[in-house]
Amino acid sequence: MSAVGLAAHQFRFDQKVFWRNPASVFFTVALPLIFLVIFSTIFGNDTIEELGGIKTTTYYVPAIVTLAVVSATMQSLAINLTVDRENGILKRGRGTPLPKWVFFAGRIGNAIVVSVLLLVVVTAVGRVVYGVEVPWDRLPAVFVTLAIGAASFCCLGVALTAAIPSEDAAAPISNVAVLPLYFLSGVFIPETEIPDGVLKVADLFPIRHFFEAFFTAFDPNTTGAGFEWDQLAIVAIWGIAGLLLAIRFFRWTPRAQ
Amino acid sequence: MATPVITASGLHKAYGDFEAVRGIDLEVETGEVFAFLGPNGAGKTTTTEIFEGYRPRTGGTVNVLGQDPSAPTREWRERIGIVLQQCRMRPELTVRETLELYAGYYRAPLRIAETIDHVGLTAKAGARAGSLSGGQLRRLDVGVALIGDPELLFLDEPTTGFDPSARRQFWGVIANLKQLGKSVFLTTHNMDEAQRLADRVAIIAAGRIVAEGRPDELGDRERRPASIRFRVNGGAQDLPAALRARAGSNGELEITTTSPVEVLHELTGWALDRSVELEGLEVRRPSLEDIYLELTSAAPDDDR
Repeated sequence: MSAVGLAAHQFRFDQKVFWRNPASVFFTVALPLIFLVIFSTIFGNDTIEELGGIKTTTYYVPAIVTLAVVSATMQSLAINLTVDRENGILKRGRGTPLPKWVFFAGRIGNAIVVSVLLLVVVTAVGRVVYGVEVPWDRLPAVFVTLAIGAASFCCLGVALTAAIPSEDAAAPISNVAVLPLYFLSGVFIPETEIPDGVLKVADLFPIRHFFEAFFTAFDPNTTGAGFEWDQLAIVAIWGIAGLLLAIRFFRWTPRAQ
Repeated sequence: MATPVITASGLHKAYGDFEAVRGIDLEVETGEVFAFLGPNGAGKTTTTEIFEGYRPRTGGTVNVLGQDPSAPTREWRERIGIVLQQCRMRPELTVRETLELYAGYYRAPLRIAETIDHVGLTAKAGARAGSLSGGQLRRLDVGVALIGDPELLFLDEPTTGFDPSARRQFWGVIANLKQLGKSVFLTTHNMDEAQRLADRVAIIAAGRIVAEGRPDELGDRERRPASIRFRVNGGAQDLPAALRARAGSNGELEITTTSPVEVLHELTGWALDRSVELEGLEVRRPSLEDIYLELTSAAPDDDR
């Protein structure tokens, strides 16, 4: 099998495993949609004057897309790689001729495909159920944001496994890493309700910048192509830092032995 | 004689100040099942993982299939199969899919159906790994190690935690591997298993090999005194003194001898003359387990 063929082979089985696992489908695919419905129901069709009078639902579509991508990339990888490491599946893989990069290509490919799918589904639900405009003119900005964000959060997810000592700790640690940031960064609560000082704290971390890039790309009031290069640069720097940490600290063998 | 599949000489492995492996020499021949026995913490898994290419050594030379395993190449990985001490299978994939996944990693894998048959899982081919029993999972594990058609298989304590019937079935699978011409390096602390499966056995204790040989020869087992045990109803007062029977536990008599054939002849002749029944008559050589316990009890049971 050629290298690309081998990566496709690995990806095909990673997809099978993903879709047959009820927990991964629920937390990664269903939960963001549930959040979209809950937040839209609670905050209704209010408008946010500070953001040019957009509807709250218009605000929540890019917010939930942000959450969905972080969940499909960083959280899924951190949890699944840790579980596989502790169960000896990674170690066994290292004992086969499978090159390391092919293994990661399959996993990351899986995370990115799920991210694209969720972007499409959340946007479609926003359009059909809440009448939120699809940013057809700014699709390049949407997909560039997705590509940079998904790649960066994949690297952060792989790096995060180094901080997770056991299978049981995987879900709690990866949730602790993101849940507070969803609140601080304006993903769960509109940023206009959040004090400036808090947003400054959120600015230290990548989720806020990733969300701002998506927001600009989705916002109907945006003029121009909607690229937030400054925000994306910060997300990418986090991603590169994650990559370096991952290369240095990623382990293939169980830690809790 | 064919070249050995594994040669180690003066193999050392230290973790900081602790020497887990203290100079091991061994050879595993092509096509043999080699059992590596030892208590927990004796250095079994460390040695095995050095051979498998998972761990660097700190001294000595090692050659596995013509290569130094400390720098494993893809080509070398094609030629070995590994069953780890602990490894779960993906519960979401079926037996067939699991083997298809791993088969894709190798240039010339075995046929899937054939491999499933070798490990006795044909009836379970379409079942998800999550629904298999412990013994079935372990056999799938061996199937995964076998799928690349390796020359050498490593099995690290494969039957730990098995019930006796699952263990028997598993032994059948190992016997199959031998018939396929595979060399097998097996670690275990089950003596029965080593006795049944292995062509040769090495016992490791505290990082050193303390005995090596065919399972029936180990520790001069064949030349050691045998023990003859029996009970006699109505007493054995007139038993010939030459037999030197000692009273053992629960009314048993025991004769320890280096010539059991002569002694048995005399003993049974005496019993026939008097029409006495020799109840529970048995002749016992020291078992592999006796030898093992004797050899490993001297060494401290280091913790890893």
